[in-house]
Amino acid sequence: MEDMKEVILEYVIEEYCDEENDDVTFETPLISGGIVDSFSMVSLKRFLENKYKISIPDADASPEAFDTVNKIEVLVKRFL
Amino acid sequence: MAYSNKIKELYQNQLKGIQDAGLFKQERFIHSSQDAEIEVEFPTGSAPKKVINVCANNYLGLSSHPEVIKAAHEGLDTRGYGMSSVRFICGTQDIHRELENKVSEFLGTEDTILFPSCMDANAGVFEAILTSEDIMISDRLVHASIIDGMRLCAAQHDTFKHSDMAHLEKKLQLHADKRLKVVINDGVYSMDGDTAKLDEMAALCEKYDALLFVDESHSSGFIGKTGRGTHEKCGVMGKIDIITTTFGKALGGASGGCVSGRKEIVEMCRQKARPYLFSNTIAPVVVSGVLRVLDILSQSTERRDKLEVNTEFWRKGLSEAGFVLKDGDTPIVPVMLFNAKLAQDFSKDLFDLGIYAIGFFFPVVPQGAARIRTQISAGHEMHHLEKALDAFIKVGKKYDILGKTKQEIIEMYGN
Repeated sequence: MEDMKEVILEYVIEEYCDEENDDVTFETPLISGGIVDSFSMVSLKRFLENKYKISIPDADASPEAFDTVNKIEVLVKRFL
Repeated sequence: MAYSNKIKELYQNQLKGIQDAGLFKQERFIHSSQDAEIEVEFPTGSAPKKVINVCANNYLGLSSHPEVIKAAHEGLDTRGYGMSSVRFICGTQDIHRELENKVSEFLGTEDTILFPSCMDANAGVFEAILTSEDIMISDRLVHASIIDGMRLCAAQHDTFKHSDMAHLEKKLQLHADKRLKVVINDGVYSMDGDTAKLDEMAALCEKYDALLFVDESHSSGFIGKTGRGTHEKCGVMGKIDIITTTFGKALGGASGGCVSGRKEIVEMCRQKARPYLFSNTIAPVVVSGVLRVLDILSQSTERRDKLEVNTEFWRKGLSEAGFVLKDGDTPIVPVMLFNAKLAQDFSKDLFDLGIYAIGFFFPVVPQGAARIRTQISAGHEMHHLEKALDAFIKVGKKYDILGKTKQEIIEMYGN
């Protein structure tokens, strides 16, 4: 099975980064660091839901829970 | 007293933080009307200095046009100074509806509703027409007023990479299940001066059954063969569902804005848009001025044609001199300097040479993308532009950036 963190990181880089900010790691702050704006979180949520066949309630999809790849992995695993 | 020393210090510290970060905005007092040449008091307390203005949104040079001023005077004399009311109580005069009809005719839309500003139009339109069952898909570089409007709306939001049509299509597919989808973008992007691909967007919106929204604040009056806007330039007049624009830039430069587009959408704004419902009507003097502006622009394309010639001269001159510019063909011509301090120093040196142009840096533009944003006007005569170009070249030589690439400038000054 592919590593979940790698999958999420790859999506984040492809979706949100350009050549100026593509040095993102599992611990890079995505929302508080300005890489993913709050408007764009919806794509990430839908990507995770489709990819892992889960449903993340809006109340759990907070900017804090989406702030790093590590945190996103923890969130996804709660709903698997 | 509620305003204790503790509260006072809190704000003083915040303001100091803004100053320490080099982000403190200082207003410069202008002692003349808005024009190609203005008299600026800078620094504060000094005698006003006559300078050539290359940073106004006065694209068509109509801000102080004698016919517009005359029409405004007539409006003042016949309809008074203010209405002391919102539109739907006792704030709608015959000239307000006349202007709405004229704007619809000019933009080629079904109907129009006036707002106190385009900021208000953008703040009010999404909330008035969308619900939580809908999705707003916006370009990542849309204007701050659109972002605020989306924040006030219960619909979900998503973004697509700037002007990336493949990415937009993916987003339209991703959100195919939503009741309504609205694609949101600026016609001309105010910081970079590039133009939206409205023709491709209109085709995608048709394919995926989405509404198309465009803010034409930096386009209305001069983009397209007869100045109708980006939709005219892209050959999609009649295919844009929602246009917002301002009267505060090319269209006279005073204030006011509007939502123009599909009849039902405009009517929804009239019933539900909060900045329309809870804010004063546009002053009669402004309405009268804009009516005259639209007459002038409908009679002749002379001013937008002159702007096109001026823009071509300016862009070619800067490019041949060796400046790094943002690509485009609009009168917004950003001279890229990348470093915030360099942009500020460059601006100051230009002022000393009689040219008024402001440095833009983070957070107004992305980090490392500092620039002098120049804006050309039909009010400029060739001698203004030649003098401004000479000054840019002199200052460019001083900092040794002419003919240098982005990378070389960053190596010299940082970003």
